[in-house]
Amino acid sequence: MSDKLPKKLPEKLPEKLPEKLLELDDLAVHFHVGSALSGGVKTLKAVDGVSLDIKPGECLGLVGESGCGKSTLALSIMGLQPPTRGHIRLNGHELSARDRMETARTVQMVFQDPYASLNPRQTVRRTLADPLRLHGVTNKTEVEHRVMDMMDKVGLRRDRADRYPHEFSGGQRQRIGIARALILQPKLVICDEPVSALDVSIRAQIINLLLELKDEMGLAYILISHDLGVVEHVSDRVAVMYLGRIVEQGGWQEIFEDPRHPYTRALIAAIPDPFHRADAKVARAKAHGEIASALNPPPGCHFNPRCPMKADRCVSEVPALEAVADGHRAACHFRNTVA
Amino acid sequence: MNAPLLKVDDLHITLQGDGATFNAVENVSFEIGRGEAFGLVGESGCGKSITALAVMGLLRRPLGLGEGRIVLDGEEIQNASAARLRELRGSRIGMIFQEPMTALNPLSPVGRQIAEMFVLHQNASWNEAMDRAEEALRQVRVPSPERRIKDFPHQLSGGMRQRVMIAIALACRPDLLIADEPTTALDVTVQAEIIDLMAELCAAKGTAILMISHDLGLVANMCRRVAVMYAGRIVESQGAEAIFATPRHPYTKGLVDSLPRLGERSRRGRQRLREISGVVPSIAAYPSGCRFNPRCSSATDICRATPPDVTALGSGLVRCHHHE
Repeated sequence: MSDKLPKKLPEKLPEKLPEKLLELDDLAVHFHVGSALSGGVKTLKAVDGVSLDIKPGECLGLVGESGCGKSTLALSIMGLQPPTRGHIRLNGHELSARDRMETARTVQMVFQDPYASLNPRQTVRRTLADPLRLHGVTNKTEVEHRVMDMMDKVGLRRDRADRYPHEFSGGQRQRIGIARALILQPKLVICDEPVSALDVSIRAQIINLLLELKDEMGLAYILISHDLGVVEHVSDRVAVMYLGRIVEQGGWQEIFEDPRHPYTRALIAAIPDPFHRADAKVARAKAHGEIASALNPPPGCHFNPRCPMKADRCVSEVPALEAVADGHRAACHFRNTVA
Repeated sequence: MNAPLLKVDDLHITLQGDGATFNAVENVSFEIGRGEAFGLVGESGCGKSITALAVMGLLRRPLGLGEGRIVLDGEEIQNASAARLRELRGSRIGMIFQEPMTALNPLSPVGRQIAEMFVLHQNASWNEAMDRAEEALRQVRVPSPERRIKDFPHQLSGGMRQRVMIAIALACRPDLLIADEPTTALDVTVQAEIIDLMAELCAAKGTAILMISHDLGLVANMCRRVAVMYAGRIVESQGAEAIFATPRHPYTKGLVDSLPRLGERSRRGRQRLREISGVVPSIAAYPSGCRFNPRCSSATDICRATPPDVTALGSGLVRCHHHE
């Protein structure tokens, strides 16, 4: 492999940068759970017909409650969970046809828990150098150079390279996790709850770092988070997921200032916001109850049992994700009357 | 004003370890009035949860109660007997914890766990207690409570389990409800419902709340007064609205400024978040002087040498040499 060792990792990009870095087309991931003995096999539709695209350098915020399928979606994009149906295209190439190594050079992931996602027996240097070697960079000086360069970029001191994860604080460990994701110079980084396991006073450091790196390296992000404050701050576009489906997507401003799906409104209304205590009381468009089981989702619009605007039509008819404005789409029969 | 319901006065909590004794909590004082909601905010390891454990008399080795007094409704309880504390817990002090699945008994139907409160603390018969348990489940808005009382905890969702915890905690109409991160394990829309439910039931029963959380926004929304803890000490306390509008301690300021606020980006465009540099110190390596000084941008020599005293400011207090 060593003769194909390029200084920069191979980029089989077409001549012109494609308009879409990632394209999901009617993606579905279904699991079969249960057995014939325990009441029959059921289908769990973790992801059910999701279409999305991401342009180079763009940050898409992916929002939803636990069990809505956002992490399964992330695994599919990483090539770790084969889809049941639909297409994933990276740089215009079908994902299933590409090999894992090449996917890894384009898409990387930052995990929620920096304690669990680093190998405790590997030093920082090894954690960062291994992916390079695996992908064909064997020249020692170059590996060293790139590891040190990456440590600078994420704000880790170079003299810490031979330490083990347990010698770092939570925030520093997340920096190592970010460095590991970026060492192969990917185009897209999936950040799955990157700050929720960190101390509150450390979160700002990591959010600032992610934004700096995005500009510096021209990265695209998928930011999975339940913290809408963070999502609004970081995202260019936002997609809201509920029980395996996208229920609303649009630019960050549209989603936060003119949300059209009752679920999006409920999410925003649920945020304790001490700055707008008075208005918050007025604008409580809350959802009732809890997310239904994905094994047995309600018919029609999945959100209907919790929806304050539920009508007969919501039970009988699945609302399509339709445009309310340019680039802003919502899957609600009343998307134009929600106001 | 009447005497406060709970008065914690100069509380110290010690931690034994590595052949040394550390002060995990130092000089913590606060008061909660009858029916008042009071919030204690801080990051993990700041001592907020063990302060609550101390109030409930649940500190276990290696943690121990040092100096200080805990007065509940005129009665000093820091040295109370185990039997007396058991009597108080459940009847005068109710508790809700972060993870309801670990707080509930997995082998007992939830109705029985609620009914136990009436049997133990109010000498009710089991029959009567089960009826009252059903009523208690109805009050926390668990749908079809007559069927749910027979369910085991694993048959309920996270939000429903936390409702059961609330029903148990409030069963005997306690004077004080201690809620330690009650919604951290829940989704945001469920969190909003649970918080509303807690606030509503406590208001109806005149129960005071000691709410413990790392989420300043959540606490400020629910509580009238808030105290912020850092590295074992209360660094600031104020009215809930004031703490956001005019934080006085550099740590509180840092916390308020460092989190992206909803709507801020549309109003002012994307600003770089203000960071608090450094990390939370570990208990074995608390810095001398003000414990926040290595992370504080306005620290001077006096901050490194002398721990600041509490200064009263209006209705609140602040522990900083350079407060404004």
